[in-house]
Amino acid sequence: MKRRVLAVAADLALILYFVFALFPVAWMVILSLKPTNELFSTYFSFSPTFDSYRTVLGAGGDQGVPFVRFFVNSLVVSVGAVALSLAIGLPAAYAAARWRFRGSENLMFTLLSFRFAPELTVVIPLFVLYQKLGLFDTYVGMVWVLQLVTLPLIVWIMRSYFSDLSPELEQAALLDGYTRKQAFFKVALPLVKPGIAAVSLLAFIFAWNNFVFPLILTSSNAQTVTVGALSFLGGDRPKYNLTAAAALVSVVPPLLLALTIQRYLVRGLSFGAVKS
Amino acid sequence: MSGRASPVPEAGHGAASGTGAGKRAVRAVPAWRRSLRPYLLIVPALLLTGGILYPFGLGLYYTVFDFAASKPQPDLVGIENYRRIFAQSSFWDSARVTVAYAVGAAAVETVLGVAVALLLHRASFVGRVLEKILILPLMIAPVIAAIMWKLMLQPSVGVINHLLEPFGLGGVQWTDTPTGALLSSIAVDVWVYTPFVAILALAGLRSLPVSPFEAAAVDGAGWWFTFRRLTLPMLWPYVLVAVIFRFMDSLKVFDIIYALTEGGPGDSTMVLQIRAYLEAIRFQRYSFGISYMITLWAAVYLVTMVLVRYLGRIQNRASEVPG
Repeated sequence: MKRRVLAVAADLALILYFVFALFPVAWMVILSLKPTNELFSTYFSFSPTFDSYRTVLGAGGDQGVPFVRFFVNSLVVSVGAVALSLAIGLPAAYAAARWRFRGSENLMFTLLSFRFAPELTVVIPLFVLYQKLGLFDTYVGMVWVLQLVTLPLIVWIMRSYFSDLSPELEQAALLDGYTRKQAFFKVALPLVKPGIAAVSLLAFIFAWNNFVFPLILTSSNAQTVTVGALSFLGGDRPKYNLTAAAALVSVVPPLLLALTIQRYLVRGLSFGAVKS
Repeated sequence: MSGRASPVPEAGHGAASGTGAGKRAVRAVPAWRRSLRPYLLIVPALLLTGGILYPFGLGLYYTVFDFAASKPQPDLVGIENYRRIFAQSSFWDSARVTVAYAVGAAAVETVLGVAVALLLHRASFVGRVLEKILILPLMIAPVIAAIMWKLMLQPSVGVINHLLEPFGLGGVQWTDTPTGALLSSIAVDVWVYTPFVAILALAGLRSLPVSPFEAAAVDGAGWWFTFRRLTLPMLWPYVLVAVIFRFMDSLKVFDIIYALTEGGPGDSTMVLQIRAYLEAIRFQRYSFGISYMITLWAAVYLVTMVLVRYLGRIQNRASEVPG
């Protein structure tokens, strides 16, 4: 009997936490479906409408916020940043996993320190530099600076995947007359494919969710959704329903991707420090 | 660290896979090229790293000038920027707020995250269903999360006060009082990042060996005793990884506070990154703002070193315990 009561209490505690975790999202859905005239006069009973989504994805309210453009920008710079990081990070991760050479640990820790450095330390000088170089408010500038987010993640996690791989497989390939390059591309790389997929998606999510870089280094051309979602809060009357719709639209891609990589999240989130 | 490039596969497994084979690999590629190989692979990463370190170095260089939008021809001022920072009471206020925020957020997230992990580890029906959506808040951009909470915490029309009204608690000025603003920002941080701790702790719980727990059960050990003496010590390395990540990240909090309070009311949530942002970008005092950031960076770096070293010791000790 006592066990049953405890089990129910544990489930209740869990449900309580998840109410806390899910209520804000549910409330945003409610807000986003509210017509403007019922925004502040009602809480839970109202006549739902998709007008907010139509405005956000269309004309963008009185200020004409180009939210679709921000969405496309987010997509372009996040995909670009991940692609560049993969091209550069995969060979580096492989080298760091397979050879111990002078400076390899230093390089790895320098990369890791990017993860922990306060973003503004780099962004403020870049703000000055980008304006001189013409990189301010451009895709190239954003893809470059986002390497701070995506590259350490990809190198550290892929090194841990390559280290888990037995070197004997590549060894056997070398004996069969493969070159090192072939052994990398035809043996090692296919074996870590699930890892690459997972880390790419995670890096994409972090790039997408970044706020400081687009806030300071873009204005209108390359601005992303995280900054764009704030635009509906400006103006004379804060447009809560539009803000909620914009917030929800901008969290859809990371959420969908996250659900597909649940299994790999532990290693990814801990930079390879914890393996599940 | 070894001085020369030592290819792990060849050197480490040469004995096992036969020396003849090793010789063939050596003949195929000259030794000097083999020792160069890892460097060639890593060069692109090095270049890119340099591309990122350059602005950092540039920033460091700016701090000895008085570069600002109002002063495009800066003068060398030496350590004057740093002297001014440390002499300002506002810097120490910001440092205090930052530490309070980081300690508060990391502490609550750790306790709540471990508790959620323990509850999920029971694998009840409810738990198995809810675990699938555990990561949801973590994947929402922190700035978006802060916007969501800002709408809910609005004193007159926000839904939180509406829900509290029946309990006689309506009209709370959440983000409009100094203490309320700090606690509200911490609450948003907790909302976003508790799943992070919970996910790592849950992975830890699932990887713990079963036999000590069986032995404890046979000996009739109580739940609290098992938790204190078995679960917690063995789980600690996993939890510590989470705590370190959370503490370091909340020392440099920006998004949540920017969207929720912008440092206010007054300076009550003016954490270091927000103040540096206002100095450098809003007021365009570049040198002074960067000096703020370099100071924070140095502090974060030192704390990281200490914590990572401590983590290494804990993990070594954990791996020595016979599983």
